[in-house]
This record gives sequence, C-alpha cells and structure tokens, in this order.
Amino acid sequence: MTDQAYNFAYLDEQTKRMIRRALLKALAVPGYQVPFASREMPMPYGWGTGGVQVTAACLTPEDRLKVIDQGADDTTNAVSIRKFFERTAEVETTEHTAEASVIQTRHRIPEQPLEEGQILVYQVPIPEPLRFLEPRETETRKMHALEEYGLMHVKLYEDIAHNGAISTAYAYPVKVEGRYVMDPSPIPKFDNPKLENAAIQLFGAGREQRIYALPPHTKVVSLDFEDHPFEASKADHACDLCGCGTSYLDEVITDDAGGRMFVCSDTDFCATRQAQGHRGALSPQEEYA
Amino acid sequence: MTPLLSVQGVTKHYGARLGCGNVNFDLWPGEVMGIVGESGSGKSTLLSCLSGQLAPDAGKVVFDTRAEGPRDVLTMSEPERRMLARTDWAFVHQNARDGLRMGVSAGGNVGERLMAVGARNYADIRAQAIDWLGRVEITEDRVDDRPRAFSGGMQQRLQIARNLVTGPRLVFMDEPTGGLDVSVQARLLDLLRGLVREMGLSAVIVTHDLAVVRLLADRLMVMKGGHVVETGLTDQVLDDPQHGYTQLLVSSVLQV
Repeated sequence: MTDQAYNFAYLDEQTKRMIRRALLKALAVPGYQVPFASREMPMPYGWGTGGVQVTAACLTPEDRLKVIDQGADDTTNAVSIRKFFERTAEVETTEHTAEASVIQTRHRIPEQPLEEGQILVYQVPIPEPLRFLEPRETETRKMHALEEYGLMHVKLYEDIAHNGAISTAYAYPVKVEGRYVMDPSPIPKFDNPKLENAAIQLFGAGREQRIYALPPHTKVVSLDFEDHPFEASKADHACDLCGCGTSYLDEVITDDAGGRMFVCSDTDFCATRQAQGHRGALSPQEEYA
Repeated sequence: MTPLLSVQGVTKHYGARLGCGNVNFDLWPGEVMGIVGESGSGKSTLLSCLSGQLAPDAGKVVFDTRAEGPRDVLTMSEPERRMLARTDWAFVHQNARDGLRMGVSAGGNVGERLMAVGARNYADIRAQAIDWLGRVEITEDRVDDRPRAFSGGMQQRLQIARNLVTGPRLVFMDEPTGGLDVSVQARLLDLLRGLVREMGLSAVIVTHDLAVVRLLADRLMVMKGGHVVETGLTDQVLDDPQHGYTQLLVSSVLQV
C-alpha cells in the first residue's frame, strides 16, 4: 500500500530537491541559517518536523537509519520517527551508532565518536541563538550579517552575574569557523566539544523554516569569557548500570523517598558496555542478570 | 582645526511635508549644541538624520573619524556606520526604555557596549560597569538589578552610563530630561554637565526646555517649521532674541 500511497521517504521529489539545495548552501556557509520552504509533516511542530524533512531528503534506499531522542532509542519520539521511515522509505534501521549511516537526533550527540560518511541530523526548535535577546528577526539577521555578536556575551554575563558561573547548560552558543554564531539545538553543553567531528551534521528547524549545517571537521568554538572559560559539565557520578564515568547521565527518580539513580543518556552506548561485561553500582546481581 | 561634525544642507521631506530643510552647522570638539523648538519643528527629524537613523533627502553629515579623518556618514557602508554608532557615538533617548535592555541587569546594560567592541574578560567588564554606575550615582549593590526595578531618573542615568562607557566623542541626546520631575531633572543636568566637561564630549541636545540648554549648551539653534530661524551663543540668543518666534519662546517660559 505504501508503495502507491507515498513517494520514497514520504516527501515528493521536488520538495526533496528544494531541501537538498538548502542543505548544499548550508554546508557551503557553515553556521548560516538558510531559509527553506518547510512542509507540513504528519506530526506536530516540536516533534522533529525539521529533522524529518532533512532526513527524508538525505535518505537513499541503501541507508541504515538510527533515531534517538535525548540519547535513547526507545522513547516515543524516536520510535515513531523510526517507524515512519520504515514504512515510507523501507530503509533498514538500527540502534547501533557505528552501523548507522544516517542518525536523526533530538538533543544529543551519540557517545561513540562519529565517523566519516555518517550524517547526523538534528531536530531544532529555535534556530536563532539571538532570539531571546533581540526579538526582531530583521535585526538579528542584520547582526549575523555584520557579525555583531556582543549581545551573545551579554547573556553569558547575566548568567555569571546572577549565578556566579555560566549556567547555560544546553543550547550553548558556539561560533563556527570564526564567523557565524550558531545555536547547536538544545544539546547539553557536555556535547559541545563533540560538535567538531568527522560526520556531516545537518540542522533542520521545521516550524522556523531554517536549515543550517556543519561540514566534517568544522571548527566550532563555544563562547566564553577569559576568566570564566567554557566547561563541558555533566552530573558528577558514574553510570549506575554500566559504570561509565565519562558519559552524559540522566538522573532517574526511583521512589518517593529521595531514591535516584544515574544512567547513561545514550542507551546504545550503555547497552553495548553492559554486553561487554561492564557493571555499575546498581546493576542486578550476576546470578539474576 | 577640523570640526567634529559638519552638517551641510541636510533636508528631509516626509512626502510633500517638510521634516527639516537646509540645515547647516559645524560642531567643534568639546562643544555642546542645543536645538530647541516646538513640537513638530523638525528637531527630532534632524537628530535622526545626523545620527544615521534616518536617511535625509539631501545634504552631508561629515564626521571627523579617528582613523580616516572627515568622512560623510551618509555615504558610509552600514557596518561602518553601526560600528561608529557603538564606539564614537552615543544616543540618549528621551524614554530610557528605548535605550536600555529591560530584561538585562544594570551591569549587563553597561557592559553590552564593551562586549560589542570585543571585551571578553568578565572581571574587567564588571569593574568598568560598577565604575560607571558610580559615576552616574547608582550604588554598587544595584549592579545586578534589572532596570525595571529602577526609578525613572535612575533609568535615565543608567542609559547615560551605558552610552558613555566606551568613551564616545559625540553624544546625541533627545530630550534627556523629558518626563522627569524637576528635582530629578536638576540632578541629571548637573551630572550631565559634569560628565560632558570632564570627558570633553561634544554633544547635540534636542529639547524644548530652555533651562536645559541654558545649563548645558554652548551654542543654540532655534527651529520652527523645519527651518533654522536663529543660531548663536546660548546666552546671546536667550538674552537677546532676534527672531519673533525666539522672542515668543523665551517669553513663554513660566516663572516661579
């Protein structure tokens, strides 16, 4: 049924061509927000309509797709988008980062380093890093054009003035190749150093109708002050399931008496480590495992 | 000596209506020029034309830039003009809310211009902000408060600090004391006069308050219906007005 009902990967070829043109322009000018004619998708805004359109434009029948939501492969958003492409594009899917050729992500970069040939597609709610500082879009565009980014530091200044440290923990602004200031979508600032990697990174914002991109090995610098340097922070803990001390952690409340556990936010990373025999503080006893 | 700002034949029409017509004057370094006139006389239009916010139909506004000497501001590229606007120029709005970021603390407001020209050391920025707040008589413990929590007079003083922190050479002021009560006005004027003299600033002040120009301005320009009707030294114009309209203006000041 899907064969007749939908074109490959849901979008029609003209639309995909339009998106690919925007993608090429975005890759040519790293960090620049390229407007594109975002389509209505069969999901609500805020659920990844931008990312889905970018993924649809990139997919080929030979691709293997992975979809994560906050690092997890098994949450609603990830499952439904994965199913969507299973039905409309009939591509293979996987949960393993290394096996995927296209990874659509909501708010995380996988722990396992990405490799050449992989494409990482981000779902972006608000592409404009200056939005909450300068509400006029005409003005922010001019500020990008003229490289007037002093205002971005005003935000960081306010953080330090009120909280004693840069408290922006996600959507931490970065400067791309010394030119455009970019919002890396709401990834935790822990992931900011990982923005410099070997994969092609594409950012799609459906409601805002913007696409931007980072070609492989693009220089990405997190903004900071000389006396308050950028710090990639995470919960000061090790994963309670796999014992990893360097991965980004989710805090899970386990009861109503203050019980909690920390687990890797990247489920594939955690499961792989557990399969290799790594154990954390709250792992089940071996005989029951 | 070259004038800091040389205005030649600036004309601005709004459709068929005249905004301001054929205005000429030279502003010398360290000089304060007052522009007075009734509402609708074109003084704010003129100020907008001079400060690059509005493009006049004809004329030249030549500014003596630090790097390249006298240049026509109107033919500059936009990045250059915006750079000028946040380094060598300052603009004090009548309503402090137009010139401040209301969601950002006082320190952030003062620091914004520093960060815009490349300051990246938090401690330095903060120290300068506190220094400037002190100069405009805002105590250090208010540095992290938002301008919302400030009185009208404090907001206006904060706006002045924010504008002067990068050490501009030319300040445009549009009714800097409008909407403030008289005792606050007096303090603000006192402060402004001190800062202008101390920093050797040149300023163009637009106002309808003759007391303000008497205190601050060296020279005075009286506008009516878009035209300059009288110019001269402030005291000379106010004490011995020649033009009928100036005479009317001077005699209309309420005496206590």
